[in-house]
Amino acid sequence: MEFKNLVIIGGGPAGLAAAKSAYDSGERDILILERESELGGILNQCIHNGFGLHTFKEELTGPEYAQRYIDEINDRKIEYKLNTTVIDVSRDKIVTYVSSNDGLVEINAKAIIFACGCRERPRGAINIAGMRGAGVYSAGTAQKLVNIDGYMPGKEVVILGSGDIGLIMARRMTFEGAKVKAVIELMPFSAGLNRNIVQCLNDFDIPLHFSHTIVEVVGKDRVESVLVAKVDEKLNPIMETAFSIPCDTILLSVGLLPENELAKNASVELSNITGGAIVDDSMMTNVDGVFQCGNVLHVHDLVDFVSAESEVAGQCAVNYINGKARSAEKIEILTTNGVRYCVPEIILKDNEFKPLALKVRVANVFKKVKLQVLLDDNILISKNRAVVAPGEMENIALTSEQVQKLKTANKIEIKLVSEVL
Amino acid sequence: MKDIIIIGSGIVGSSIARELSRYSVSVTVLEKGNDVSVGTTKANSGIVHGGFDAKSGSNKAKFNIAGNAMFDKLSEELQFPFIRNGSLVLCFDENQAEALESLYEKGIGNGVEGLEIISGEKVRELEPNISEKVHSALFAKTGGIVSPYEMNIAYAENAYNNGVEFQFLKEVIEIEKNEEIFSVKCSDGSVLQSKIVINCAGVFSDEINNLVCEEKLHIIPRKGDYILLDKVHGDLCTHTLFQLPTKMGKGVLVTPTTHGNILLGPTAVDVDSKISLSTKRNELDSIYESAQNTVPSISKRMIITAFSGIRAHSIGDDFVVGESKVKAFYNLAGIESPGLTSAPALAVHIANEISTKYELNKNEKFVATREAIPHFAVMDNAKRLECIAKNPLYGNIVCRCEMITEGEIVDSIKRPLGAKDLDGIKRRTRAGMGRCQAGFCTSRVMEILSRELEISMLEVTKSGVNSEMLLGRTK
Ligand SMILES: Cc1cc2nc3c(=O)[nH]c(=O)nc-3n(C[C@H](O)[C@H](O)[C@H](O)COP(=O)(O)OP(=O)(O)OC[C@H]3O[C@@H](n4cnc5c(N)ncnc54)[C@H](O)[C@@H]3O)c2cc1C
Ligand SMILES: Cc1cc2nc3c(=O)[nH]c(=O)nc-3n(C[C@H](O)[C@H](O)[C@H](O)COP(=O)(O)OP(=O)(O)OC[C@H]3O[C@@H](n4cnc5c(N)ncnc54)[C@H](O)[C@@H]3O)c2cc1C
Repeated sequence: MEFKNLVIIGGGPAGLAAAKSAYDSGERDILILERESELGGILNQCIHNGFGLHTFKEELTGPEYAQRYIDEINDRKIEYKLNTTVIDVSRDKIVTYVSSNDGLVEINAKAIIFACGCRERPRGAINIAGMRGAGVYSAGTAQKLVNIDGYMPGKEVVILGSGDIGLIMARRMTFEGAKVKAVIELMPFSAGLNRNIVQCLNDFDIPLHFSHTIVEVVGKDRVESVLVAKVDEKLNPIMETAFSIPCDTILLSVGLLPENELAKNASVELSNITGGAIVDDSMMTNVDGVFQCGNVLHVHDLVDFVSAESEVAGQCAVNYINGKARSAEKIEILTTNGVRYCVPEIILKDNEFKPLALKVRVANVFKKVKLQVLLDDNILISKNRAVVAPGEMENIALTSEQVQKLKTANKIEIKLVSEVL
Repeated sequence: MKDIIIIGSGIVGSSIARELSRYSVSVTVLEKGNDVSVGTTKANSGIVHGGFDAKSGSNKAKFNIAGNAMFDKLSEELQFPFIRNGSLVLCFDENQAEALESLYEKGIGNGVEGLEIISGEKVRELEPNISEKVHSALFAKTGGIVSPYEMNIAYAENAYNNGVEFQFLKEVIEIEKNEEIFSVKCSDGSVLQSKIVINCAGVFSDEINNLVCEEKLHIIPRKGDYILLDKVHGDLCTHTLFQLPTKMGKGVLVTPTTHGNILLGPTAVDVDSKISLSTKRNELDSIYESAQNTVPSISKRMIITAFSGIRAHSIGDDFVVGESKVKAFYNLAGIESPGLTSAPALAVHIANEISTKYELNKNEKFVATREAIPHFAVMDNAKRLECIAKNPLYGNIVCRCEMITEGEIVDSIKRPLGAKDLDGIKRRTRAGMGRCQAGFCTSRVMEILSRELEISMLEVTKSGVNSEMLLGRTK
């Protein structure tokens, strides 16, 4: 058995930012475990622009953004292991990992930060009928094949789901000479960022069919076509409206799920809504000394917010290791009236200062609303929004003064209010 | 020239090949697919049936009972996953109790051991998640579950190791018999000759028979759709749960698989095509609804995939087994359920018949055992450490959901009758069979295939001919 103060699972932007901030908070006994052959996580395959607008005030590609953090890790000589997969985390914080070099190792950690990202939802989870030939890819796999390996998974593409990866792949495949025939979205609104719909679809005249779904895949050895139909309000397909689109490839961009099997084994309590852990404002889960940040906690659209959240996790993990007392008193944030969730879910009533942002997603598209944070029914923050959509996370950054107020409130509520009222 | 040609490498062809390899005869298996277990054997319920359901006195009843009894020893010898978990036939209505009783009687008549009718309370004790509506059940302790493709692969590997030749991409299209010699012609133009032909062509067994025999057979393809649930819900039930057929229909079964998932299905629809394994939305919905009658807490959110299989339903409603009117031409036709359960007994039966008739000598070098691929996911940590020390590739986890290592994948490609495509690797190792359904490991597995088979990435296929994964390079 080996011993470490802080073990970070995952070397994506979340893990890297957490490690950097833990180091800067004084911790030296840190180990990052990463299963891929490089640090950087999902960013390595995101070769498009649009990263870092908030953090660095400039537009970087995914790998460029990752590199800035990798440099910080190397400057600080923080230890990391690549090609190393964590296979178990126990309730008493024993991390088991395997690799070709080290074999199988158990580490007893004082604190653990889960930063292991998320995975794409598969075809089965959305229950599409039909044949099972080649040519059905998750958008992320297609992204890796095109951007990293230099291969085209197909030439005539239909994309199911309007998540960001799907939208970005629509543009990417078009650049590479493929014909993207359509993007099919079940909901009446997109799951992705509006800027991606404009830049990736509209600019290339790729049709986006809202309230439609693929009802059947045709093609025994390879996809030959898909049958697409409109759905009713209950999201059931209306078969009379079905039409066929010939294609050789289907990319699925139907959502991301936090990767929490390991956390579950460690008895971390998960949220039914986010799929990630339920955390307090120090990013700690119900298990003492176990923290989460990044996409494993809840799916982010912008990496900048991942980095900021993860720095909090790193700093608070060090406080925990150093035995800083924490308040046992806590208060749950209520989300009502069109607000689907807020991370963190819980605020500790202690006085330890740390930067705090409330990350909020709404349940539907709403126009002309105010997004409000209320303390004991008094408005603390009210933001006017022309539109809010589930695809765009709202990041409500709080000033230190606002944080102090939050910590003394007896009731915290986040809700949407119609502007007209 | 060969002594024996077997057409088809499903469970029936492969198990006969293995039983014949106990004798010194030359055997060639001709398979039109590029791998073994690509027909019906790859997609079915995987139930080792108790045998209470088969018509008394039928081949189905006889071979089911005999086959079932062979599984404990076989699964040890050939190292394939098998669990004798017991089955329950659920009766939901007091008025149906009589039908349950007669099923029990039929089972006793067929010679099934350990049958018992139990009360609803007892059922709920055994299966806490089962519907409150269950009135009583027939409990068959000898019922079991098996991984059908792993069983098929195990049989084939063992046959191969004992000298049977397997030829793939050999679709038999013509058979001629001249003076005791069969000339078997394949679609690639090749012709092979043998003294004996055994037809194990599954849903195509009628067509193969009809190439040779006056007495025509007719197989009706009958499709069954399935839904598979995530392992995290693997504790929904431990026994195989059938519904007692009613006027409303047969109902679907709910069963654990040997790897801890839950399987729901099948439907039963006669179809025109013997090859179109297309699931249908309305059928999937009907499975889901019917399964909820058994276990009400089943929900659509638990689904990870759906698939379908095709039954070879023969007009006569029984297995056609043995030598046909054409001498030395053997049929194993219409082998629908319980074909998987019966296969071991069918194989021994056919091998005995042929060895007696042709006075075959024993193959002195026959080895009855076969070693499975060591599965990292199910080892304890000490074993894992040892395994990585021996082969560092066991330290690289490729499929996250099922914890499958590069070592296992390479083994599956390199071993006898090894995997040639993604589906082949999947059936041998489970890489890509988990929750994310190969969302993540696909590209890694493709790289490993390309490296180990020394083919270009563009030649990597999902399931053989015409199923290339990639359609070109980027600009
Ligand atoms: C296609 C796409 C486009 C995007 N576009 C933008 C954009 O334009 N602008 C923007 O700002 N943001 C964008 N994002 C969002 C942003 O990049 C992600 O939210 C961010 O990468 C999440 O970081 P993470 O560290 O939580 O997860 P990841 O980057 O997924 O990193 C998790 C790491 O953990 C490792 N890991 C997981 N499990 C284990 C284990 N058991 N053992 C060892 N290691 C493990 C993984 O290999 C991975 O490297 C995009 C995301 C995607 C997918
Ligand atoms: C929905 C369903 C559920 C079932 N459930 C169960 C169950 O729970 N328990 C049970 O015991 N049984 C069950 N069965 C039955 C069982 O699956 C079959 O009896 C068994 O798999 C049949 O094996 P086989 O070898 O005859 O056919 P297959 O596995 O189909 O093998 C036939 C092989 O022949 C090859 N072939 C065909 N034509 C040619 C040709 N011209 N030239 C060369 N090769 C050819 C095919 O490619 C194929 O590989 C079920 C079947 C179905 C469809």
